[in-house]
Amino acid sequence: MERKKPRIAFFDFACCEGCQLTVLQMEETLLDLLEHVEVVAWREAMSGGSDEYDIAVCEGSISTREDEERIQRIRETAGTVVALGTCANIGCHNALKNRWSMEEVLELVYGEEAGLFETLPARPVAGVIPVDYRILGCPASLPEIETVFKRIITGQPYPLPNDPVCVECKRNDHLCVLEKGVMCLGPVTRCGCDAICTAYGDACQGCRGLVDQANLEAAVRVITASHSHSIMDAVARRFRAEPERIRTWFSLYNGPDLPVEQEMTEHGS
Amino acid sequence: MVHEANIHVHHLTRVEGHGDIIAVIQGGELKEVRFSVVEAPRFFEAFLRGRSYGELAHLASRICGICAVSHRAAALKAVESAFGVRISDQSALLRRLAFHGEVLSSHVLHLYFLVAPDFLGAPSILHLAGTDRETVKRAMRLKGLAYDLCKEVVGRHTHPVAMNVGGFPFVHDEAGFLRMKERLVDAVEDVRETVSLFQGLSLPSFERETEYVSLKHPAVYPFYEGDLFSSESGSLAPDSYRNAVREYVQPHSTAKYARWNRPEYMVGALSRVNNNRDLLGPLALEAADRLGLERPCHNPFMNNVAQVVECAHCLEESVAIIEQLLETGLRPEDEEAEVRPCAGRGVGAVEAPRGTLFHEYAFDEEGRCLEANLVIPTAQNLANLEADLKAYAPALVDREVSSIEQALEILVRAYDPCISCSTHVIRLDRELSIP
Repeated sequence: MERKKPRIAFFDFACCEGCQLTVLQMEETLLDLLEHVEVVAWREAMSGGSDEYDIAVCEGSISTREDEERIQRIRETAGTVVALGTCANIGCHNALKNRWSMEEVLELVYGEEAGLFETLPARPVAGVIPVDYRILGCPASLPEIETVFKRIITGQPYPLPNDPVCVECKRNDHLCVLEKGVMCLGPVTRCGCDAICTAYGDACQGCRGLVDQANLEAAVRVITASHSHSIMDAVARRFRAEPERIRTWFSLYNGPDLPVEQEMTEHGS
Repeated sequence: MVHEANIHVHHLTRVEGHGDIIAVIQGGELKEVRFSVVEAPRFFEAFLRGRSYGELAHLASRICGICAVSHRAAALKAVESAFGVRISDQSALLRRLAFHGEVLSSHVLHLYFLVAPDFLGAPSILHLAGTDRETVKRAMRLKGLAYDLCKEVVGRHTHPVAMNVGGFPFVHDEAGFLRMKERLVDAVEDVRETVSLFQGLSLPSFERETEYVSLKHPAVYPFYEGDLFSSESGSLAPDSYRNAVREYVQPHSTAKYARWNRPEYMVGALSRVNNNRDLLGPLALEAADRLGLERPCHNPFMNNVAQVVECAHCLEESVAIIEQLLETGLRPEDEEAEVRPCAGRGVGAVEAPRGTLFHEYAFDEEGRCLEANLVIPTAQNLANLEADLKAYAPALVDREVSSIEQALEILVRAYDPCISCSTHVIRLDRELSIP
């Protein structure tokens, strides 16, 4: 008897929905994937949708009570939950509002109508429920998504890559942007992106969050210290690199109050 | 005939973001119909405060995964306008090329993945993989082409990299552009097939004239550059957008609405084609003729058709831009050289795939953002969409409830609402504080 295909469902919370779009970018691979799984819910791409599924792929952050209940229901239903993208894993820009009181951000955006709305401090999906697989990136990168989907189908774990972006950057032979006098977060940022930003001469903005045991204070010192390395001095001068400024930059994707490590099930360990 | 019905389409599918349709029928008459944005707001305008000018484009891109190039470019234009930065002709041309990639990908996504299933009788395009694999593969091919075009110019479609204040920090690859040009030329047949597909679909014949707003430029079909233009009142400098866009409140709804001259106006592909038809290329005009797109056109369902026409235009225009770039040869640029932050404010107006998009920022003398105001196409279209729903829905009450729901969904989808983008309901009642 033919083995029943696992049923997969896609869910989105507060985010730009760019990670789902990246999944749609799979093209031929997506058609191949459909031979192995049955897509039963995907609001952005299909009508209808079932409440019974085995794998839930969730992107975005949780910032309303309704979404909090929805993600709990998803956890109860799905055997496997995948946190897709930086919003679902470490909060991304959604969590930047957390540094103010919710009353203040509501007042700022909605003025007198602020009372008609409610918002909670944003938390990543992986900060609200335990998840089985994590895919970082803003947006998540296609090769990594494909790898993780294959692991899920074959029941294998996917541990997060844990090198700094510099490792991939060097492996790809990119010119170090620090050499051009541009500040870069590559030395402390988790890799997995194949160093796409530095490939185009741009600085790493840290979209995958900090690599485990990143020495943030040392990185700040290296970038800001007045030292003998003339290029680094030029970088520091050019960007008026005060420590506080660098720390603010580090917080672009790691919400200020969020723990970097989250609870995981055995799959992603 | 439906006498009593409370229609509530919760989290409308096949649109970008979360929205509900509500319709109330009593005694066989339509009492109320509206479209309600229920997206969890993300408060960009709050958290952009204090961020350095160099981070704004990067952050703004994350407003929307579909129109990231537009948001990034609007932010760049606002920053560059505030600091008096002039970019090179090469950079402007490259940005325009990136827009063509984004508009093509966004329209293909909307037309094939979100709209076509309504007319082909499938819950999603993926469900057609077994029966109409060629259509599915063509959709994938065109989308792949558009993504690769974005990749060639700005590293990737979502979210672009290296499109920075002042210019690009890398030299584009001429061989890559040459290969891209060949692929674009080869794709003409796919675009013609897309025209044929939409020729075969019967869109509802419903008309309601409204005010059509878009950018307008004397020489190019406008996405990246141009002045503001209204079909009612003509041109206006982008900096003066606050003099034109007025907000108002309707007693039945908590959302704010936008007006230009009329109580509602429309932005997006149909408005652009209505206002700029003379600047379309031959392939686009051929598509417009084959699809019966009249001039001007007052049928909102034809926004889909206007998108098909723009796909043809983007394809053709991208080839022309690449030829121009290759002819001049691509040169390195010193991106940060001319950027000197100063206190002030700047407005960036562009045509995102779904219509006119405004970013406005105020800065302190260090180039830190003091305040931000972002006016998004979907928020501007909300009043017009509801006016269309009200004009269109009464003719539907003699149908079954499920058929009414579907007809209303098709009208909402024709607007291609992008709700994730709706960073706030329109709020223009105060000026940004200028330091």
